[in-house]
Amino acid sequence: MIRRPISLRLRLVLMLLGIAAVLAIVLYFTVRTVADQAAEATQDGVLGAATLAIAESLQGGDEGVSVDLPYEAFSILGSISADRVFYRIDAGQETLTGYADLPPPPEAGAAVTPVFYTSAYRDTEVRIAAVARMVLVARKPVPVLVMVAQTRQGQEAIAQRVAQRAAVVGLGSFALAAALSLLTAGGVIRPINRLADAVGRRGPQDLRAVDHPTPVELKPLITALNGFIARLRGAISRTETFIAEAAHHIRTPLATVRARAEIAMRQSKSEEMRETLRAVIRAVEESSRSAGQLLDHATVVARSDRLADEPVDLSKLVIAQAEAFCPTADLKDLTIAVETEPVTVQGDRALIEAALRNLIDNAIKYSPPDSTVELTLVNGASARIEVADRGRGLSGQEQTRLTKRFARGENAGDVIGSGLGLTIVAEVAAAHGGRFELTEREGGGTCARLYLPSA
Amino acid sequence: MRAALLALGLILGLTRVAVGFTVEEEVTFPATGAEARELTILSTTDTAVMRPLIEAFQSRNPDVTIHYTVANSQEVFAAINDEGAKFDLVISSAMDLQMKLANDGFASAWRSGPTAALPDWARWQDRLFAFAQENVVLITSRRGLEGLSLPQTRRDLIEMLRDHPEMFEGRIGTYDPELSGAGYLFATQDARQSDSFWRLAEVMGGLAPRLYTSSNEMITDLKQGRLVLAYNVLGSYAGPRLAGDADATVIELEDHTLTLLRTGLVPENAGNPLLGGAFLDFLLGSEGRGLLRDKAGLPPIDEAALASGPHLRPMRLDPGLLVFLDAIKRRGFLEEWSSALNRD
Repeated sequence: MIRRPISLRLRLVLMLLGIAAVLAIVLYFTVRTVADQAAEATQDGVLGAATLAIAESLQGGDEGVSVDLPYEAFSILGSISADRVFYRIDAGQETLTGYADLPPPPEAGAAVTPVFYTSAYRDTEVRIAAVARMVLVARKPVPVLVMVAQTRQGQEAIAQRVAQRAAVVGLGSFALAAALSLLTAGGVIRPINRLADAVGRRGPQDLRAVDHPTPVELKPLITALNGFIARLRGAISRTETFIAEAAHHIRTPLATVRARAEIAMRQSKSEEMRETLRAVIRAVEESSRSAGQLLDHATVVARSDRLADEPVDLSKLVIAQAEAFCPTADLKDLTIAVETEPVTVQGDRALIEAALRNLIDNAIKYSPPDSTVELTLVNGASARIEVADRGRGLSGQEQTRLTKRFARGENAGDVIGSGLGLTIVAEVAAAHGGRFELTEREGGGTCARLYLPSA
Repeated sequence: MRAALLALGLILGLTRVAVGFTVEEEVTFPATGAEARELTILSTTDTAVMRPLIEAFQSRNPDVTIHYTVANSQEVFAAINDEGAKFDLVISSAMDLQMKLANDGFASAWRSGPTAALPDWARWQDRLFAFAQENVVLITSRRGLEGLSLPQTRRDLIEMLRDHPEMFEGRIGTYDPELSGAGYLFATQDARQSDSFWRLAEVMGGLAPRLYTSSNEMITDLKQGRLVLAYNVLGSYAGPRLAGDADATVIELEDHTLTLLRTGLVPENAGNPLLGGAFLDFLLGSEGRGLLRDKAGLPPIDEAALASGPHLRPMRLDPGLLVFLDAIKRRGFLEEWSSALNRD
């Protein structure tokens, strides 16, 4: 059985409601008990006073005990509520007057101050006050016991009213506590929600440590999160280092092989040998380009999660790349025509450079001899780098297919290529929030456009 | 036909009484429609007084046969308290005895709109309900007073009796508290209200008063010239009977005039408590109140009437009424009364 995790807020609200319910119930019973005791004390007071008043009217004498029941003593018993009244006066062992079956006090020895007890009598329950007195009859002391009983319907009515009020008070305090507990739960959860928001809002490349102000209770979580971020950053930087190392280790030996092969070719007398060496040089060139593109691609993938965010002067970059490709272009008698205006974008210089390099490389590769590769940089809503050639065009192939990894045009079988170039360009455009377009050019050839958001 | 039915009822009624208490009168009012229910009422109030109310109740409830039994207040009390007689409604003018019945658990609770509308002083719990308030008055004969000014307070009365003993010798009437429950109640309540009662008793004692057990006898003797004045007479009887009499005057003494509450209760052992309660509700309702005032001559419960008479002292329906029912207290009071009247 899997327990579904309960929301913190719900858990908090439920617990607070539970506490409020318990407190409300305690409040209800406290109010009831106190009120009941107060009502009983009041009625006992009146009952005791009536009993004492009767006891004080007791008189001795030679003929026996006499009593003059005070009218007001009885009348006052009806003043709080209309309750039934019973009384009994015992002198010695005999009942002098009143209700002879009224129960006497449970323990003998009723005192001068009234003793109170509750007892069943006739069809109801009564509260009885008893007072004992000694009265002189024919000079002998005779113990006299005065008992006055009263039903407690009035007190029950009061208790019922009090119970109703207490219930209202209890429910009211519960409702108030419920409202407050909702507010409290909201207040307690808020820092957690804020932290979650702050972490969630971060961009994909944001690997800074979280330093959002948080309550002490969340500090361990933040510490753990920051440790995790630090490890991730370390892993990424190790990958980059590996890529750089790999590039170095592959390119350098290839360059050495190529240099040696060229020297050997020049020194060789045999046409056959020269032909062989030329093939070696082409193969090495191919390997070098492929390695370069693979590393470019890996760099793009590695860096796109955390792009450098720096101003990049595109015109400078375009001119520099055009110059860098001049020797290669000369070999094919190609002209590179550059047209720029000053444009600066925010982005990762290395990636933009890699994209540009691949675009120009592609254009040169597919251009027929004696043609012009046009390199244009235009500023606008977004910066646009355009590389146009007079090559064999796209032959109606889908751009999406061409920008897939390792996919090559069907009409490019005779040209060296890994199929990674356009993929790199498209990925760089996406990483910068720009876009890449490949269109057929009027009059033959291809026009590649890379849009990058202006700074 | 009606008289014949009534006579039959009387005979049936009298044969029905096999209980130990003394019945003065028992009348059966047969159902005017098909009989379905029986209502038995035990009352101290004369049948003649209650007849309009009983008949009005029957015209509303034609299926009810009513057995109306009249006894004096002590017998009414004894019937319920000692003999466990079964009645659906007990009506009595003896507030103290009614209070004792209710207090001792012989009355069942009855809750209804009309009982809830009663003022607090006219009911006790949900068990005892007053439906008429009657002032206890002094009645005098102008002829007998020979031009003396009418007394307005007990002090006036005492002075008059002292100053002219020859006029009042043997011609004063009042209740005998030893024999009459109402007389005992009036005397004890008077004694509670003021000390002037005892002085009055002493003065009357020197004038050989005649002692009665009913207001009606006192009124008759006053009308016939045997009495000059009668003290503590029920105003509800004196008013109607002396209304056309130019000689008689009804006086509500200004120092205090007691107001008696005529009460009803539904006994705990009632065979048909719903019907007893329904008759009680009828007495308290607007139709019953109108009939009580206009036909029965009993003033219905009216808070405004009490408020407009500051001298009126309604006897309180509370356990204080039990005090004078106490045997020792009663003995002591009657001894004091006798010695005040010099009867020993």
